[in-house]
Amino acid sequence: MPGAPHHGNRDGAPLDATRARRIAIVRFHLNGEPTAVAVPVHWTLLELVRYTVGLTGTKQGCDKGDCGTCTVRLDGDPVLSCLTLAVEAEGRAVETVEGLGVGGEAHPLQDAFARLGAAQCGFCTPGMLMSASAWLDVLALADDPTFDRATIARVLGGNLCRCTGYTKIIDAVEAVARELLARREESDAPVGADAPDSQRAVAP
Amino acid sequence: MSAGVGGSAGQTVGGTPGRIVGGRHGKIDAIDAMVGATKYTDDLSLPRMLHAKLVRSPYAHARIVRIDTSRAEALEGVHAVITGADMPERYGVIPWTPDEQALAADKARFVGDAVAAVAAVSEEVAAAACQLVHVQWEVLPALTTPAAALASPLRIHEANKHGNVTKHVHLDFGDVDAGLRDAALVVEGHYGFHGSTHAPLEPHCAIGWQDAAGLLTVWSSTQVPHYLHRELAKVLGLPAHRIRVIQPAVGGAFGGKSEPFDLEFAAALLAIRTGRPVKLLYTREEVFLAHRGRHPFDMHYRTGFAADGRILAVDAKSVLDGGAYSSFGLVTTYYSGQLLASPYVFGAYRFDSTRVYTNKPACGPKRGHGSVQPRFAIEVQLDKAARALAIDPIELRRRNFIGADSRTINGFHVGSNGFLECLDKVEEASGWRARRGHLPRGRGLGVAGSTYISGTNYCIYPSDLPQSGVQLCLDRSGRVRVFAGTSDIGQGSTTMLATLVADELGVALDDVRVLAADTDLTPVDLGAYSSRITLMAGNAALVAARDLSGKVKAAVAEKWQCAARDIVLCDRRAQRLDDPAVHVSIQQAFQWAEAKFGTLGSVGSYDTPRQDVHGDYRGGTIGASPAYSFTAHVVEVEVDEETGDVRVLHCWCAHDCGKALSPVLVEGQIEGSVYMGLAEALLEHHEAMPSGLRDDGRRRDPGPGRDGLLMASSLLDYRMPTALDVGEFHALIVEHPDPRGPHGAKEAGEGPLHSAIPALCNAIFDAVGVRIDELPVTPAKILAGLRAQRAAAANAHRPMPATPTGSQ
Ligand code: FES
Ligand code: FES
Repeated sequence: MPGAPHHGNRDGAPLDATRARRIAIVRFHLNGEPTAVAVPVHWTLLELVRYTVGLTGTKQGCDKGDCGTCTVRLDGDPVLSCLTLAVEAEGRAVETVEGLGVGGEAHPLQDAFARLGAAQCGFCTPGMLMSASAWLDVLALADDPTFDRATIARVLGGNLCRCTGYTKIIDAVEAVARELLARREESDAPVGADAPDSQRAVAP
Repeated sequence: MSAGVGGSAGQTVGGTPGRIVGGRHGKIDAIDAMVGATKYTDDLSLPRMLHAKLVRSPYAHARIVRIDTSRAEALEGVHAVITGADMPERYGVIPWTPDEQALAADKARFVGDAVAAVAAVSEEVAAAACQLVHVQWEVLPALTTPAAALASPLRIHEANKHGNVTKHVHLDFGDVDAGLRDAALVVEGHYGFHGSTHAPLEPHCAIGWQDAAGLLTVWSSTQVPHYLHRELAKVLGLPAHRIRVIQPAVGGAFGGKSEPFDLEFAAALLAIRTGRPVKLLYTREEVFLAHRGRHPFDMHYRTGFAADGRILAVDAKSVLDGGAYSSFGLVTTYYSGQLLASPYVFGAYRFDSTRVYTNKPACGPKRGHGSVQPRFAIEVQLDKAARALAIDPIELRRRNFIGADSRTINGFHVGSNGFLECLDKVEEASGWRARRGHLPRGRGLGVAGSTYISGTNYCIYPSDLPQSGVQLCLDRSGRVRVFAGTSDIGQGSTTMLATLVADELGVALDDVRVLAADTDLTPVDLGAYSSRITLMAGNAALVAARDLSGKVKAAVAEKWQCAARDIVLCDRRAQRLDDPAVHVSIQQAFQWAEAKFGTLGSVGSYDTPRQDVHGDYRGGTIGASPAYSFTAHVVEVEVDEETGDVRVLHCWCAHDCGKALSPVLVEGQIEGSVYMGLAEALLEHHEAMPSGLRDDGRRRDPGPGRDGLLMASSLLDYRMPTALDVGEFHALIVEHPDPRGPHGAKEAGEGPLHSAIPALCNAIFDAVGVRIDELPVTPAKILAGLRAQRAAAANAHRPMPATPTGSQ
């Protein structure tokens, strides 16, 4: 049917949905735990995480790479799990929002998002947290850790939010990043010495 | 309290010591969202659950001659196939306009109208089976514009009495013709407002399941569980007490989930037919088809002004492009005129609005329902008048201020009114006086103002029952449980209830559990629409909480041999007002009260005032609200004259919400509203291919093809702004408590959207002298405006002024 908003095969020929699919075993680390699961080879990482493992924190907002709600970290990098085949996780580390806290403690981003009202409906939140946490990890080690709000907007540019206008999300990420840099300066600085203004990491 | 996320979000800082209302706190349920534990409908799954898909029409307008489901039924893994014939009962969220069927049985009225549904072992099998459902169509001409629909003898709804007109409203107040005659200035113009959609990030999802005893449960990402409950009973022919509707967490709605949809009925009936749970999840494309978004408006406005800027008369004519079904359209048509008569005094007012069926996804209530479009027209007109009369646009608005405790020309009683303070705040924060007129060409400032309702005074079906009920239980551990029918769709109604209740009963936010939106367990609330919950459910919660705080105080007073009025409940304790050193834990106080009165529970309900809130004429109740919010925006833009690109640098929005119960959440509503308004003005367009437009640009009529096909039905093509596309938003809270609101609170979720759009267009004019009277703002329109400006300047043989600001 031309123009029909149908799903699956768009060429007109009915897709053989009942055909047996090849199943692959995927061995990987999920939120730090060694994990092995069997999934159909055509499944995405999003399907694996949500339906095979049952970690539903990762969201599906579009299933085609447009919204960022499905963002997870693969070997530390943020990826769109709806555009990543499950088998690509083989031998790698996958981190989802459920694994973001450390040792039972909330990740500082989780605390800041909650306190500052960065989540309204919360549907974009897991993806936002994964993108932002990946950037913070980079920032913690960066040679030149300067940033401003526009930097954060770029970091979150692939994650849509329909509720907040991004203001409070950027506020929350900024607050955590500044804390992180303050801590970094403290540990870098010679004891008792004030960092000169020219070395201030953060734009005012 | 643990040191976890919830603890910090639930802690209140600022505000009055000992009080929770007005303090800065996050949402009480924020922790769940942070760790991925919030359960939205698609996160639920039940044992043996099947998955369903819908068969949708490829044609914008086509009669269903025959549907053959046999091949689909034969596919391995398919459990049931249903069509429109299985649920023929017509319904509509507005009971006066029942023009929808769960699945269209006679004909399809837009590309994407659902005609059949399949339940199968997996989504994949269900989708494959949909392709095997054979529909024999008789294709009809697609009427894709109001003009075509009004001109055609063909009716989109055969049963409709007035051709393709779904609703016409004409109301007259005062002598408009005299007002226009006497005016020193008449601003007349045509204004266009395009369609846009809500696009919540969570696609609609529903699960149906009927248990062994015959109770049907429907979980749905709805914002109106109560209306869904009613319509399920009607369409499925089941008594309401055999149906339970549960609304899990909702990932955004904005009006896009405020009526029943095909998926809920289909999941329910398929569950009944198969005896198994059935889930139906929309694809993103289907969310765009479900729509019910902003109506495109064609408006013609004539507004007469006295030389001092007073508005003498407004004559407004609007045509609303309604799409395929009525939805809330009856209300939209009234709102298009009824909500305009404030915050300014209109000397006389007439509006004439016509809503027309077209073969496109149905329009409905998007944030700021029905009043965003007319607000755009009038506020641009005020800007034009200010220029022509050489009055500062903020000053012109002040001169027309309607005041608090006033009455609009169409009869609505306005209570508290902080509009002047809103204007003051944006004027000051934006540096208006110092900067306006002194910015370089290409930069500009624009202002606009608006008002919105805090709920509608009347239920959408005739009813003398309360609009909202809340039930409370206190328990021996010092905890409070709140049962409410309210729908938290991200706006924070759950936190609002907890805030009011915790504040009244002296417990911490974390001590309140809110159980909401489950028709088996909670009293009725009408739902999250028309910005009604804070005022209505909030009042109901206060009634219930005051009942219990009275009992707790009485029990403590008895122990302490003092008067109940000498006891305060705060900070998890009961203490003497005059001697805070005398105190006891709130848990102990609750136990004393339980010992004295028995199990501690209470109910509260709220119904709207019926006296003296609106005029006495047909339609006079529509648009009446217990209290009105007020808003002013100043937008600062930068316009690139080479590319026509417009960037919002800043938007200051001052909003009178009566009382900010939770300021962090109110700011969030303001920022989100500003975002959504500017987004639709600058980037978004929910638009269908007009009939007859083919790839080769020629007409071929009628025929299979693209008539009525959505041009942007993905989140890539529908250009929702990203974090990179937005300017700096400054939320400024104004508090003029309304005697009808809980602690004076009014709405905050929709009002702050309205005037963002005209403020933007007025800023563009200030920047480059180009008027955008037809939305959306596009680079092409800016460039065309600049070309026209240059041509006019060349004709006049005089150089352009460096900046148009202040030149009139
Ligand atoms: S679900 Fe992956 S980008 Fe939208
Ligand atoms: S909080 Fe709702 S989409 Fe971001």
